[in-house]
Amino acid sequence: MRAKPPLKNPILRTRQPLTPPMPRSRAALGFTARAAEGLFALQRCENCGHVQYPPADSCRACLSEALLWTPMSGRGELLAHTTLRHSNDPFYRERLPWRLGLLRLEEGPVAVAHLHRDCPPPPAAVRVTAKLDKAGQGVLVALPEDELGDMSADPRHGEFSCGPEHRKVLVTDGKSQVGQALVRELAAAGAAVIWAGLAEPWKRYAGQDAIGKLPQVTVIPLDLTDERGIKRIGAELGGRVDILINNAEVHRTQGIAGSGGAEQARREMEVNYLGLLRLAQAFGPAMRARGADGGASATAWINVLSVYALSNYPPQGTYSASKAAALSLSQCLRAEMQDAGIRVVNVFPGPIDEEWNQPLPPPKLAPERLARDIVEALRDGIEDLFPGEVAKEWLERWKDNPKVLERELALESRAA
Amino acid sequence: MSGLLRELLAAIAAGKIKVIDLTHTLTPSFPQLGLPPEMGQALPYRSEEISRYDSRGPAWYWNNFTLCEHTGTHFDAPIHWVSGRELPNNSVDTVPPEQMIAPACVVDCTEDAERDADFLLTRERLEQWEAEHDRIPAGAWVLMRTGWARRADDPVAFQNYDEIGQHTPGPDVGCVRFLVDERDVLGFGTETIGTDSGQAQRLNPPYPCHYYMHGAGKYGLQCLNNLDQLPPVGAILFTAPLKLEEGSGSPLRVLALSPARRHSVP
Repeated sequence: MRAKPPLKNPILRTRQPLTPPMPRSRAALGFTARAAEGLFALQRCENCGHVQYPPADSCRACLSEALLWTPMSGRGELLAHTTLRHSNDPFYRERLPWRLGLLRLEEGPVAVAHLHRDCPPPPAAVRVTAKLDKAGQGVLVALPEDELGDMSADPRHGEFSCGPEHRKVLVTDGKSQVGQALVRELAAAGAAVIWAGLAEPWKRYAGQDAIGKLPQVTVIPLDLTDERGIKRIGAELGGRVDILINNAEVHRTQGIAGSGGAEQARREMEVNYLGLLRLAQAFGPAMRARGADGGASATAWINVLSVYALSNYPPQGTYSASKAAALSLSQCLRAEMQDAGIRVVNVFPGPIDEEWNQPLPPPKLAPERLARDIVEALRDGIEDLFPGEVAKEWLERWKDNPKVLERELALESRAA
Repeated sequence: MSGLLRELLAAIAAGKIKVIDLTHTLTPSFPQLGLPPEMGQALPYRSEEISRYDSRGPAWYWNNFTLCEHTGTHFDAPIHWVSGRELPNNSVDTVPPEQMIAPACVVDCTEDAERDADFLLTRERLEQWEAEHDRIPAGAWVLMRTGWARRADDPVAFQNYDEIGQHTPGPDVGCVRFLVDERDVLGFGTETIGTDSGQAQRLNPPYPCHYYMHGAGKYGLQCLNNLDQLPPVGAILFTAPLKLEEGSGSPLRVLALSPARRHSVP
């Protein structure tokens, strides 16, 4: 578990957040895009089989442009190591000493990687992973082959991770099944403080009271349609929240013909899209200012979207549209949070096993599983999470051809 | 100005006639009507800033607000209920303005509602009230005073839900029939979120106050405040809904003129 950060001296200036160098080539962004999902893949030449790092537009061995992103085994050998004690880059300057190594991947390429504190000196076998750095860019990180003890004990590990241990977390809806599961999971993971949002307090939900009794949890009034209320809570808590998990949503199951007017769809947009906008305006600036606030800095913002954000699922057509709008806005939020080193994580669950999906047959994602995957995503520092098999399958179909997926979903809805 | 109106203003200025505000402040936390979530929903009051002496409008402050026709202290027109759908002048824009000024009879059920949140006002109770005060005149508001307005700062207590729904006082079927058929009242007003009781969906017909009152072209007032400041008889209500085309109801400022209570001689 991440060590408990020391208490901050309040008369010292809060450091401005810095990021490691951000620019990347288009080819290199292909590496980042995969690391964002937690995948470690490199280009393999379809012509000669050469695997290369860093990524480039053509094969360094045969100049072919037929390059296929291929998952790597993650096995490698540490060839050399060094400890950086000087840097002209402001980000690394304030984090020295910094350990780097030269390693050879099982698939062939030799690369420079960040070295975990516990990696033995060369020659040694290491586990190589693709991580996002504070700038949100893909980098290689080498870990000891056998995980002995706690990886997160290395203070540098925190540069690639947003784990909830000892952190203060706001869950915007603590009442829904997903919200309750998230609160329990965060408490079990060692979050120091959890604020659980509660809209329409007169409507009672099963299990709600148990959440409020957890010692880390404070239930707060929070309704994403209420601009004044959000501003007030943002003013009170904005400077304290390290991780914001926006899971509040309105979920209705209708297409265009079934919705009879725009009122239901408006309520979905009010919470799912405009609610995110209001939250981002109320909490974003204070969180950005705390992107480098010692060991307890603001670190992540999670939006629980839906796999329907990628392509419209007609039986839940207006809900899909609101989640697509939220996804688009979340991309804007990510761009605005990037300089502060705050990771914006989008979560794309398939159907969750909750009230509004009651008529759908399994497989449905259990709220507990979703909560576990979200906490895991924070620890791994990824930024696009597709929890569960349905979501992963949709993602593959969408990547393969969004137009084909659109047609398939129209056919599936007719069958349903 | 006529002598009568001048006299009225003088009485108000002298404090002989009190102007009492029977309205709750609209706030985002004021609860709205609850229906099963798969049905269409009433919007609560929401206010979003247009500008506040800032770059969006350098010298002025204003907001856009949204709410349902039936949010906060509000007026129900006959068109609100299916039983009143075919009546003439049944929407808020067509309510005759003379009816927006009318006398009020206040029936105090505070102790009953404290004893039993599901308290139902009956015809017998109204007859007792008449024996004590006066016959309820045609064209008068009948207001059911329950002390419920005191709960308005606590939405949970105001809504008072449990597993079988809402528990708030209201009239029973006989009470409503009596007021409509035998007294020809102008309408019925409550401190709770509906003119009907919280469990009125289980009465026959369901929601009898909505059904019979609106079916007879009568009105409703809900979420009234400060009824404890009105005398049982003698007050006049000003109830002008917004002029919303085909509006089924409207938030409004309800004002009462009430003779100042006579101080007892020491």
